[in-house]
Amino acid sequence: MKSFNGSALKLVNGIAGEISREIFVNKDIYQEEQSQVFARAWLYVGHESQVKNPGDYFVSKMGEESVILTRDRESKLHVFLNTCRHRGMKVCRYDEGNTRNFTCPYHGWSFSTDGKLIGVQDYQAAYQPPFNREEWGLIEVAKMTVIQGTVWATWDKNAPEFNEYLGDARHAFDTGLCAWDGSDAGTELLGSVQKWIIPSNWKFVAENFSGDILHAISHRSVDMVGIGPKNGEGRRDDPGRIVLVAHEGGHGFVYGVKPTDVPRDDYSGSAATSEYFQDCWQRRIKNQGKRAGISPLVGTVFPNMSFHGQQPRTILVAHPRGPMQTEMWRVYFVDKAAPAEVKQYLRNYYMRYSGPAGMTEQDDMENWNYASAASEGTIARRHPYHYKAGLGAEKRSDMLAGLVTESPITSEQNPRVLYKRWAQYMDAKDWDGLRVGAVKA
Amino acid sequence: MNNDANPKLDMEIPSVSKSRLAYLSLIREVEDFYYYEADLLDERHYEQWLDTFTADAIYWMPMRKNVPWEDRDRDITSEDDIAWVYDDKEILTKRVKQLLTGIHWAEEPLSRVSHLITNVHLAEQRFSLNEGEQMLIKSRFFVYRNRLETETDVLVGRREDFLRRENGNLRVCRRKIIIEQSTFLAKNLTVFL
Repeated sequence: MKSFNGSALKLVNGIAGEISREIFVNKDIYQEEQSQVFARAWLYVGHESQVKNPGDYFVSKMGEESVILTRDRESKLHVFLNTCRHRGMKVCRYDEGNTRNFTCPYHGWSFSTDGKLIGVQDYQAAYQPPFNREEWGLIEVAKMTVIQGTVWATWDKNAPEFNEYLGDARHAFDTGLCAWDGSDAGTELLGSVQKWIIPSNWKFVAENFSGDILHAISHRSVDMVGIGPKNGEGRRDDPGRIVLVAHEGGHGFVYGVKPTDVPRDDYSGSAATSEYFQDCWQRRIKNQGKRAGISPLVGTVFPNMSFHGQQPRTILVAHPRGPMQTEMWRVYFVDKAAPAEVKQYLRNYYMRYSGPAGMTEQDDMENWNYASAASEGTIARRHPYHYKAGLGAEKRSDMLAGLVTESPITSEQNPRVLYKRWAQYMDAKDWDGLRVGAVKA
Repeated sequence: MNNDANPKLDMEIPSVSKSRLAYLSLIREVEDFYYYEADLLDERHYEQWLDTFTADAIYWMPMRKNVPWEDRDRDITSEDDIAWVYDDKEILTKRVKQLLTGIHWAEEPLSRVSHLITNVHLAEQRFSLNEGEQMLIKSRFFVYRNRLETETDVLVGRREDFLRRENGNLRVCRRKIIIEQSTFLAKNLTVFL
């Protein structure tokens, strides 16, 4: 039974551009999200480059829960809930590694990397007649897929295939998560995952990256100081013309659109990186023609995976940990083919930009923290947030599918679409009611 | 042996060798340097604090991981991996400039911070640090940060510093900060460690 009054859609008034504070602070709504959103949506789990070889594993999260991404001995990828079927102990408490099997420390049950229960203590003596071990393997996701190196999974067998889930947002993957030259040469993670905990609802993070371009002002201090790769100016490349794109599936992106007859920014700090990117830019134009300059700067794939697609290039997952707490997992990615010197230069740039010590991201966390805290009060909750920027300015465009608002109009269309989709998840009984086209606004 | 100016002193510490005195002198100089540095930070003299680093300094705070016993040496991320912070002097200087803008919201208003530096020891079997030389010094930090009303973070870990003598003064030319957390428990990291 729903604990909030009426349907979720009432809390999210897209037409007036007003959204109730309840959805950011209410414990019952948060609890409901775990089953309505996180148990049904496709979630980002990891990157192929984290599990290159048979036996490799990487412990990740889906929503609040720990999962293991493994590559089995046949080289097939799996995602399992990280819990023993016998008494629930985590079967893997390491962050990553390579193993033949996962042995539970509690009663010694062991599971192979394809999830089969292969060892039970006193199996012959204690279980007469023997139980069917095939029914007691690790709990596996209903579906999983890999796209542009990123690994995704869902617990809901009725969820559409990932490509349908993305819909037109696929374009952002193919232009923002691909190798920098637009080819299929692939990307890889630069290394380990930054994990940290922030006192804020996960939706502040999702909304921020989906396309809150009005918050650029909160980063003025880093822009004044300048950490960008171009002469240390600003914090990143000139993005070109800003175009906001939102999709019915709840995904939203901030695109930067650049003409192809203009050379790329030079990176004064590293001649090798400059040269590599100039070269990539020429190849990208060859691969993608006049559309080479259309790619996402940042975006959020519903519900909680966000990425930076240009420079820096990062993936951030905002894992829910309670209505007022989020576990941030951030990784950084580069072209597999980039020279070591380029990877090193970009790594240093990315680290000063993002993460808890990132000169850009530090200020975001302060804002999300105290926006959350100041919305908890009884009086505060009576007053909705204001999402009215660019209301009515949304259009369709020949350039990009989806709902589009182009600069100079700043707009909050992407958060509006995100929350409308969120409300649909909260209200829909099953995926039949959630398929894009099936839902009525 | 009886014509000493102060035979009494001689009797009380008969075993102090020259090398022992050199060691004591250096370790006290190192400790004083750390207390001075902590004061600069906690009393918010950030620009002066930058001067405690050499021009070629590296300020590195790797991450920690949960790894099996046999891999325990890998529980600190390597230098070519992603870190919490990996700054040269130029970026360290920019961090200070960002604080000084007055609109760096993560530190505006400023946090209240205390640095406790303890367990200082020379990690090399040498008792002198001459001009241009450097030496590995290990220590622990306990940093308390409190901001606005009740927000509080406690950051505890180890420092592995290479200190170099430049123009007679000690300077940090390489700092490795080993925090005893895997998932970082503070919402952000805006204090220097």
